[in-house]
Amino acid sequence: MELCPLIKNILLLDSEGKRVAVKYYSDDWPTNSAKEAFEKTVFTKTQKTSARNEAEITMFGDYVVVYKFVQDLHFFVTGGENENEIILASVLQGFFDAVGFILRGTVDKREVLENLDLVFLCLDEIVDGGIVLETDANVIAGKVASHSMDDGAPLSEQTITQALATARERLARSLLT
Amino acid sequence: MAQPLVKKDDDRDDEADYSPFLGIEKGAVLQEARVFNDPQLDPRRCSQVITKLLYLLNQGETFTKVEATEVFFAVTKLFQSKDIGLRRMVYVMIKELSPSADEVIIVTSSLMKDMTSKTDMYRANAIRVLCRITDGTLLTQIERYLKQAIVDKNPVVASAALVSGIHLLQTNPEIVKRWSNEVQEAVQSRAALVQFHALALLHQIRQNDRLAVNKLVSSLTKGSVRSPLAQCLLIRYTSQVIRESANTQAGDRPFYDFLEGCLRHKAEMVIFEAARAITELNGVTTRELTPAITVLQLFLSSSKPVLRFAAVRTLNKVAMTHPMAVTNCNIDMESLISDQNRSIATLAITTLLKTGNESSVDRLMKQITNFMSDIADEFKIVVVEAIRSLCLKFPLKHRSLMNFLSNILREEGGFDYKKAIVDSIVILIRDIPEAKETGLLHLCEFIEDCEFTYLSTQILHFLGIEGPKTSDPSKYIRYIYNRVHLENATVRAAAVSTLAKFGAMVDTLKPRIFVLLRRCLFDNDDEVRDRATLYLNTLGGDGAVVQTGEDVKEFLFGSLDIPLVNLENSLKNYEPSEESFDIYSVPREVKTQPLAEKKAPGKKPTGLGAPPAGPPSTVDAYEKLLSSIPEFANFGKLFKSSAPVELTEAETEYAVNVVKHIFDGHVVFQYNCTNTIPEQLLENVTVIVDASEAEEFAEVASKPLRSLPYDSPGQTFVAFEKPEGIPAVGKFSNMLRFIVKEVDPSTGEAEDDGVEDEYQLEELEVVAADYILKVGVSNFRNAWESMGADCERIDEYGLGPRESLAEAVNAVIDLLGMQPCEGTEVVPNNSRSHTCLLSGVYIGNVKVLVRLQFGLDGPKDVAMKLAVRSEDEAVSDAIHEIVASG
Repeated sequence: MELCPLIKNILLLDSEGKRVAVKYYSDDWPTNSAKEAFEKTVFTKTQKTSARNEAEITMFGDYVVVYKFVQDLHFFVTGGENENEIILASVLQGFFDAVGFILRGTVDKREVLENLDLVFLCLDEIVDGGIVLETDANVIAGKVASHSMDDGAPLSEQTITQALATARERLARSLLT
Repeated sequence: MAQPLVKKDDDRDDEADYSPFLGIEKGAVLQEARVFNDPQLDPRRCSQVITKLLYLLNQGETFTKVEATEVFFAVTKLFQSKDIGLRRMVYVMIKELSPSADEVIIVTSSLMKDMTSKTDMYRANAIRVLCRITDGTLLTQIERYLKQAIVDKNPVVASAALVSGIHLLQTNPEIVKRWSNEVQEAVQSRAALVQFHALALLHQIRQNDRLAVNKLVSSLTKGSVRSPLAQCLLIRYTSQVIRESANTQAGDRPFYDFLEGCLRHKAEMVIFEAARAITELNGVTTRELTPAITVLQLFLSSSKPVLRFAAVRTLNKVAMTHPMAVTNCNIDMESLISDQNRSIATLAITTLLKTGNESSVDRLMKQITNFMSDIADEFKIVVVEAIRSLCLKFPLKHRSLMNFLSNILREEGGFDYKKAIVDSIVILIRDIPEAKETGLLHLCEFIEDCEFTYLSTQILHFLGIEGPKTSDPSKYIRYIYNRVHLENATVRAAAVSTLAKFGAMVDTLKPRIFVLLRRCLFDNDDEVRDRATLYLNTLGGDGAVVQTGEDVKEFLFGSLDIPLVNLENSLKNYEPSEESFDIYSVPREVKTQPLAEKKAPGKKPTGLGAPPAGPPSTVDAYEKLLSSIPEFANFGKLFKSSAPVELTEAETEYAVNVVKHIFDGHVVFQYNCTNTIPEQLLENVTVIVDASEAEEFAEVASKPLRSLPYDSPGQTFVAFEKPEGIPAVGKFSNMLRFIVKEVDPSTGEAEDDGVEDEYQLEELEVVAADYILKVGVSNFRNAWESMGADCERIDEYGLGPRESLAEAVNAVIDLLGMQPCEGTEVVPNNSRSHTCLLSGVYIGNVKVLVRLQFGLDGPKDVAMKLAVRSEDEAVSDAIHEIVASG
């Protein structure tokens, strides 16, 4: 019996269900077409729901999927049917917020594609082979952003605060228009 | 004003279409990868190319072996650059390419250098990459560094080493196990995630050592775990320890206090993990359950959908076993019916259906009707199934529930959904006699406008069996005959058969049926015409209305008890001659599949995963099986078949379970055997039964199993004679005897010579409950009154100290083997007394009703008043006898 919480996959799809960045940690989907079929089901099943404020959740087959949408992006995290839903949600939140920090508040498909290298690094820092590495968005974003700095120190508090401020400002603006 | 707005939209459209990867091509990107070989590396440029390569792989593009090798070698050149950002992309790229062993050697030294670097980020990532691509031989070389890394003061490095250890444990357990000391040190780390990863690895290293796991859990539950994730792990390990030590002694459960304490943790994931663990404890008591239910109830009104979902899903499971415990949440649950998230709403509805009481059914149905129109079919099916079990629980409510089912049957829906509804109606018709006529009419109306041939034919078949037994069979004829006009050939043929069944059973309808069948003689489909001709002849449709003979009825209603494969083979072998084909010459034994065929790759279920041995356990199937064996054919009607009783431990060489078939004057033991050893073929398998502790039984026949190949279950039987009509009880010891032959696993062929061998099985008992059938009544009070007090027997019993009232109630129900009625098997929370109603049929077809009144006498002692009514005082006495001796 598997006792350690395991993540089956993390998906980032666009508003038409096309892949932006995905990472599979399980052999449940051995081929690319199996993966695409899964993505299609997940996308169509959740498409009509609103998951823009709080993360939403659904279940089908042997999987529990938590998801959250922003702009033209759909974030998903999948776990087995007996997985603790709240652990899955914390991974989703970690990924979602980390991408927000990295892109300094402007999270849409275009920004993600422009910074795809950072998003890949982000995925790499969240889960390793299905095991949760880190769920704190600050730490994840810090590790990814240490990129440009030579000493490898995490992103300073200052930058995080700035990123947050920009994010808040953007959000406020999008609410007003 | 409008002008600039439109223009802005246009701009935005352009932006949306823009992608840095527009028109990207694998060939071109591979060309670009040549920059990796430049003497003067441009880190920015190289990073971009790697991103493009990763993008291609991520989109599902594949590289050929040659391409992958070329890219890999080019990427290794990038280790020359000192740029940290580029190095990180190189790490990710190498992991994606998963290089072969001879390629790994090329990067090993670079990665080992990074592993000992001063930069934490290099160390952490190099460890993850190297452990991902390495094989065992290299591992011994880097083991020293890994052990150091586990206790590194940088948490990212420590976590990287620990998580890599978890992965490596699968492939190189003996090496990873040597790191125990370091891992144990890491469990004490102040960094939350290091603790989590260390705990996961430590447990996996020790998972086969029960004592060590026990020690680990008892020391950690004293409270040194900081990380919520690690705490969740600890809860899982704790429930495992509880599960494994479950049967040691009664009294307080070990570690329960720890679980309960976790309900007050500040992290939601821990609270939920603990609540779920408590609800899943084996034989959880109401007292243990209450605090967990309370926190789940709070989650139900959370603003976060994930919490609501998690809580309602867990409560839904609890409702299956402890419906009363969940009733406190009913009000919160009802408000979830209108939840935006349909998964949550569906779970709430099905939970309510499980916990609802008789008086709330109508209100619930009203709420569900609104809800049904806007959910997907898969959710609807779940609801239909829940309604079916609700109806079986409260048969008095069949009218409103049946109405609901017929209403949704008329609405739009796919095949699976419609099939679920039809199946439910059919089950209700079978189990609730009062619901039969309305149910059949609902089905009739449904086939008037049914687009699914399969469902139409199934319903027509069912109508043919049940329709003639109703008070006014003639009213169904119109519906059936309409099918002959309006449907496709398959449905028409089924309708013809159904008409014939009405004709055979209802003499007054015969002339009318003949007229209708004659009309079918002009159908344009062969099958329909042939069936009409056949039935007209068998029923004597040439004018005279005669009593339909038994053999005709047998032909129309009996089922084909011959395996279709065998019939097909026999028909193929039959050569047209003077002698007509004899259906009785067809062998009835189900052939076990040949061994070679079973050797399909990757298919080897054992233990818990293995399918249950033996044929499906419905009484019909058993009856057919037994009557096909000549030795048992004259035993008369099968009274009862027990559920299979395991005679072997799980995971033994041979798995055997037994089904007890009770006849009036005989008992047949059906031993379902499975051979779990691929290298063996068993032949001439019998069970030697010693009945010295069952004086009233005498062995009369046994039927050996000719051969038992690996993994294909077979049956052997032993029959006993016993005094007729008397519920004789006794103990039997069993020994499996067989001839074992070695099998060559590569060819699947068995050797010619075998050795005789024996295998001890566990004992088997025939108990009083084997002589009572579970048969429910829809209205216990009416049945009780009409039975009268003539043969009533009342007595009181002390049941001694019991864990709970519910436990005592269940024990008595199990002892008697009778059907609990009106949901009275469920004991409400904290109640001090309870009444349970049971009904059943005693051997000799005597109806028995039982009223049990339980009361708590002192803190734990349970007292019981038992009132039995039946049609025969001897039977009433016999029931008391069972309880008195049980």
